[in-house]
Amino acid sequence: MKRARVAYAGAVHPASEYYGRLKLADGRIVNEQDVVWLPPVEPRTVFALGLNYADHAKELAFNAPEEPLAFLKGPNTFIGHRGQTRRPADAAYMHYECELAVVIGKKAKNIKKEEAFKYVSGYTIANDYAIRDYLENYYRPNLKVKNRDTCTPIGPWLVDAEDIPDPSNLAIKTYVNGKLTQQGNTKDMIFGIADLIEYFSGFMTLSPGDIILTGTPEGLADTAVGDEIITEIEGIGKLVNTIVGDDIFTEGGDRPHLKIHN
Amino acid sequence: MAKARVKLQKSDYSEEIEIQSSRYILMNGDKLEASQINLDNPISGTVYGTLLNYKGSLAALKEKVDHPPYNEPPKGPILYIKPRNTFSSFSNPVPLPSGIPELEIGAALGIVISKTATRVKKEHALDYIEGFTIANDISIPHESFFRPAIRHKARDGFCPIGPWVVSKESISNPDSLGIRVYINGELRQENSTSNLIRSISRLIEDVTDFMTLSTGDALLVGVPENAPLAKANDHIRIEIDEIGYLENTIIPEEKLSLEGIL
Repeated sequence: MKRARVAYAGAVHPASEYYGRLKLADGRIVNEQDVVWLPPVEPRTVFALGLNYADHAKELAFNAPEEPLAFLKGPNTFIGHRGQTRRPADAAYMHYECELAVVIGKKAKNIKKEEAFKYVSGYTIANDYAIRDYLENYYRPNLKVKNRDTCTPIGPWLVDAEDIPDPSNLAIKTYVNGKLTQQGNTKDMIFGIADLIEYFSGFMTLSPGDIILTGTPEGLADTAVGDEIITEIEGIGKLVNTIVGDDIFTEGGDRPHLKIHN
Repeated sequence: MAKARVKLQKSDYSEEIEIQSSRYILMNGDKLEASQINLDNPISGTVYGTLLNYKGSLAALKEKVDHPPYNEPPKGPILYIKPRNTFSSFSNPVPLPSGIPELEIGAALGIVISKTATRVKKEHALDYIEGFTIANDISIPHESFFRPAIRHKARDGFCPIGPWVVSKESISNPDSLGIRVYINGELRQENSTSNLIRSISRLIEDVTDFMTLSTGDALLVGVPENAPLAKANDHIRIEIDEIGYLENTIIPEEKLSLEGIL
């Protein structure tokens, strides 16, 4: 089953995919474009992997890491499908990162990789934007790069684990304004899903709602205000996002008729 | 008489209290001995730590900051997350991971956020603060700050917080609070928030510039240099002026597993 969380007609609803539309928990059937999409999971502890695809590590001129390079993300950064991501005016290089997101379904402590998939409840897609201008070599990648408001779209669906027979062989694609710019496959991860669950649960307890963003393959490119970015993973869905500028966050912004004159 | 908010174990609610002395509090009109109440962690949101925010902690890196991997001193605030599995409370044992001889004690003042804080200017920072608490931001000692240190900082039980949140009105000057760490009754560290690189209001401005802090979040202002090390069965007491003290004991995790605590 593909599940979503959406806001519609004044409330937040669990929903599921229904022949190209959405079926809300209360039985209403609505169009995908008539709802506000929220992150399909309310994130608890979120791990994100850096340099987890060999080609991407090479692209950034790094050797493949010997142990997973991981950082944590806070709840402020997540937005839903069809959301807006803010690009600061001073940023010179802000790129998308299409990633398979693995959602933990039960408490996991000291799990061996042979057992790891029993602890996965489902999969979704995250677009883990990075603004490279703000990189500093302390706890790199630092939160100013990776934990910005609006900079991690996630969704649209949480797809049940049982519906994805082989999560370690899924095509990954990113399109910028309809043009394919990033391609890869989850089979090329340096540390696979089971390795990562063994690694993290080996030193801390994972809980339902924890999410692991498993890294991105090569094919990064800068984005511009107005770009529509689609991050797609085979069998999981297509996550749509639009880049917006600073102006809409200021009073009146690009809408001078809304300016309040004192 | 300082006003504070306390969270009791097995209660869904926080209680308002008055602190009469380091020993006695007033709760619902009753005079209670502070050590006799079961204190829970008063933080409900996300806990962010700040790296290298004491002048002495940056000075301790000496010329290293000008060489690889760092190349220059930090520009923005360097943050990290203490995830939910690290949350712990007053008098809870801190699990010492097997094979790890000593833990670094991180005496941190915690700023507790009262309302959604986005792009807050330092002049208004206090409007977004509920009050202050004490955190023990425990780490497994690590020499390099180049990569995120989840394995060192995010272990189960590595962030006791308490004893309560003292209201900002009861704190004379949060930028000048003495901090002391005692191990087995012996004073092992002494410092003051007057030595912060980023003052409390400046830290809030610089952090909320790119990430929203929400009601119930805690922002730890940093850990002073020369963090004392503690080993199995050591009793830790962190005191911060005008707030109180936070006490915990380090217990080998094997022992805690046997007792069913982990």
